[in-house]
Amino acid sequence: MPALAALPVAIPLLVAAALVGAGPLLRRRVADTVAIVTAAAVTVLGAALLARTLGGTTVVWFGGWTPRSGVALGVAFAIDPIGAGMVTFAGLLMTAALTFSWRYFDTVGILFHALMLVLLAAVAGFCSSGDLFNMFVFFELLSVSAYALAGYKIEDPGSLQGALNFAVTNSVGAVMVLTGVALLYGRTGALNLAQIGTTLAAAPADRLVVVAFALLLVGFFVKAAVVPFHFWLADAYAVAPTPVCVLFAGLLSELGVYAVARVYWSVFSGPFGGHTPGLRAALLAGAALTALLGGVMCILQHHLARLLAFATVSHVGLTLLGIALLEPEGLAGAALYTVADGLVKAALFVLVGILAHRFGTLEELELRGQGRALRWAAPLLVLGAVGLAGVPPFGTFVGKALIEEGAGGAAHWMAALFMVASALTAGAVLRVSGRVFAGWGPTVFGGRDESAEEAAKRHEAEEGDELRVSRSLIGPSMLVPALVLLGSSIAIGMVPGLSDRAVVVAARFADRPAYAGAVLGGARAAPTVAAPTPAGGRLVAAAPWTAGTLVLAVAGAAAALFGRRLPSRLRRRGLRLTVPMVRALRGLHSGQMGDSVTWLLIGTAGFGTVLAAVLR
Amino acid sequence: MKVMDYLPYLVSAWLFLIGLYGIVTSRNLIHAVTCLAVVQSSTYVLLLAIGYRRGGTAPIFFDVPVGTRAVDPVVASLALTDVVVGATVTALLLALAVQIHKRLGTLDPDELRAMKG
Amino acid sequence: MTPVIRRRAFVPAAAVVGGLLVWGATGLPPVGVYRGPYGLVLNQVAVAERHATNVVAAVTFDYRGIDTMGEEFILFAAVIGVAILLRAMRGEAEHEPQEAVRGRRVPGTSNAVRVVGLALLGPIVLFGIYVVAHGHLTPGGGFQGGVVLATGALLVYLSGEYVTLRRVQPEHSIDLGEALGAGGYVVVGLFGLVAGGAFLANALPLGTAGTLLSAGTIPVINLAVGLEVAAGFTLLLSEFLEQTLVLGPGRSGR
Repeated sequence: MPALAALPVAIPLLVAAALVGAGPLLRRRVADTVAIVTAAAVTVLGAALLARTLGGTTVVWFGGWTPRSGVALGVAFAIDPIGAGMVTFAGLLMTAALTFSWRYFDTVGILFHALMLVLLAAVAGFCSSGDLFNMFVFFELLSVSAYALAGYKIEDPGSLQGALNFAVTNSVGAVMVLTGVALLYGRTGALNLAQIGTTLAAAPADRLVVVAFALLLVGFFVKAAVVPFHFWLADAYAVAPTPVCVLFAGLLSELGVYAVARVYWSVFSGPFGGHTPGLRAALLAGAALTALLGGVMCILQHHLARLLAFATVSHVGLTLLGIALLEPEGLAGAALYTVADGLVKAALFVLVGILAHRFGTLEELELRGQGRALRWAAPLLVLGAVGLAGVPPFGTFVGKALIEEGAGGAAHWMAALFMVASALTAGAVLRVSGRVFAGWGPTVFGGRDESAEEAAKRHEAEEGDELRVSRSLIGPSMLVPALVLLGSSIAIGMVPGLSDRAVVVAARFADRPAYAGAVLGGARAAPTVAAPTPAGGRLVAAAPWTAGTLVLAVAGAAAALFGRRLPSRLRRRGLRLTVPMVRALRGLHSGQMGDSVTWLLIGTAGFGTVLAAVLR
Repeated sequence: MKVMDYLPYLVSAWLFLIGLYGIVTSRNLIHAVTCLAVVQSSTYVLLLAIGYRRGGTAPIFFDVPVGTRAVDPVVASLALTDVVVGATVTALLLALAVQIHKRLGTLDPDELRAMKG
Repeated sequence: MTPVIRRRAFVPAAAVVGGLLVWGATGLPPVGVYRGPYGLVLNQVAVAERHATNVVAAVTFDYRGIDTMGEEFILFAAVIGVAILLRAMRGEAEHEPQEAVRGRRVPGTSNAVRVVGLALLGPIVLFGIYVVAHGHLTPGGGFQGGVVLATGALLVYLSGEYVTLRRVQPEHSIDLGEALGAGGYVVVGLFGLVAGGAFLANALPLGTAGTLLSAGTIPVINLAVGLEVAAGFTLLLSEFLEQTLVLGPGRSGR
């Protein structure tokens, strides 16, 4: 079925070109509808692909160039359920984002829709591709579209600066990816993932393979915003218009993590097979650092979009924890967690966008108490926080439980990490709900006073050219996406036997020889039947930790909102401990392009050295 | 292992690092964008050096018979793609620089302080 | 970080990364030794299989055609992005294009430059079309020829005739050209899907190697890409020029 594989890429591209060509002839609502229908079509195609690939990896060779005696001449799409799931997920998010933008923008040119569709096509191609350079091309395509969309609000100078930081840092990351690809090509003379993997597996890993792996890893980590490559993310995600943020937070960072998994298992699992413990430790350390730092920065924010952006960083760290285990169970958990968590984050951004549309600001302190006019949004925001915390029936709970089980002997540490990080992010969102909808909490933020001019300046900057200043009504086109996204995340958690099936799928993903056989041999690989472990056990084990997360989150939010009521001696001691650290952290995140790139290089040096030491 | 045999790879690494140094220490956005172009050019050198065959001609068989020793056509195609990508990213960044100058009146990256914390 | 701290942090990190890169590169075969199967196989079979004497073009537009489609759309997306980023802000209005930037004295174009520029315009456009059309035979192709065509527009600006050009040119023509080029590539791919069983299959008659009408869909794709690149770069040029020549503070409008 070659059509099914190529269409999720071809259709959005064709429609985007058509929209641009027909530009002045189309009315805005027509363009909106066409874009939404296209995104929905991609979602349906993705779901069909998912159903089909459950039976075996679908391999499609473009131009009809099938491999000859193990040498791949053309480019292949090798789609397995995880890739197809990402395509469906992307389509769903894009449909939600475009529906939300129906009313969110007062006036928007047709170029916005064209860029969004190009972004969708790029994501679909990236997740389907079985060729390393093809992955790079789609990686760059989605990056370029993202840069332009991030800078959409040209009237806001912060938006331009954020987009600049985003573009420069991610471009350097892309250069690193390409360098890694070039090195691998120089060694193996191939660009097809399966062929490279087969060639590399025949010989032990040497310095070139290690350096290529390090470069690819760092390049994808920049996109995924793993610490210390994450300094660009909050600036970029915070200033983009909300429909774009829905996509970024839900989808873009997770693609970096997906790429790491794909590249590791199809290419490097052969030569690095003997070094798994060391590699696992290195990756786990990076992931844990990301999860915790992201969570801490999250609660320090009082700009809602930046808060959610740091929540994204933290949860990417949690997803990476699953992949870093280098086991099928961890991978299965990470895949489920990515999708379910992405849906929740997207829904939160939709709700934040509704607040911005109604009140014209995203500052938590300015929104204090104003939410009373939008009372119905409060339970949705709280529900989103619950989803972030990984409470059943959300899909995040299933993903988390799988990852914790995959950690085996260290399950307690894993669970503790999950508990702390998700408590931080969920607590921050709970604090926001309390402050905005109930008017709880102080009027100034944690010991730091914001001057009146700062507040006024930020308020003015929020009035982009697409927000109407007057109090406008929230239509169903803004509410429905939030409901659908939250509902989908819950629905994922309620599919019976999902975790078992996910483990089987992940085992196939991690099986390099089977993948190579499917791609190069031309036959559809039969799924390897793994003995399913009973789902009940892992879900029960995760329950107490989840309860702990909720308790911590609520306690944290309450402390933030009602901390003034504590005895002043306790408060002063607490502040004395935390204020210097907070100031240092804030100082690091300066938003300067030069700083991001310097940290990128420092991180590359660090990771590279660690990997070189671990993988020899 | 003679240095001359590996010189293009050393050049590629040097371009990568010196371009990054330019970005990090830049006081002008246009200069920073150009330094990014230098960083991207390191990959062109690397790719084309990998595909080179000593004594090979271009892989164009219009007036030489098929079977003549030729360099690798694949890296040429990859480098072509890479050049286009680099040019387009440069265009986008320059557009951002133009708008930043218009809004903030400065092109100095260190003076852009809208996004602290 | 202050600039000084940044530099002090950068240099050791750069030294380590440089060391790693060089250390890794020593694992490559020496320059001049190419062993990999991919290029060697293609050099042997491409001409016979695709009747295209330019193997690089065969690789770009046929064997790895989906990569080039992505690359073409990167250009498409970047041009759209530049158009979005450089659109008129609130408080700016479009004026009649002026020859001089406000507040700066620009010397008028000398007659010599104008004559040479306009005289070169025709040969450049012709050369661009030649490069695009012969991409599957000799060095060149859609990207290279498209850029040459775009320099025609640049020549017009240098000759001081940008104002005139903008007046005679239909409003939407370049956007349409770009969309046709980009969409055309996908249409060729879908045609391959329908007629040849695989997306971007080369389903047109292959002709004789070395003649203009050979290599199936490759010259068709070349034309589409050439159109898109020419239109795209011309659009980029005009967007940047409009920032200085056309947009200025005025009554609020879009």
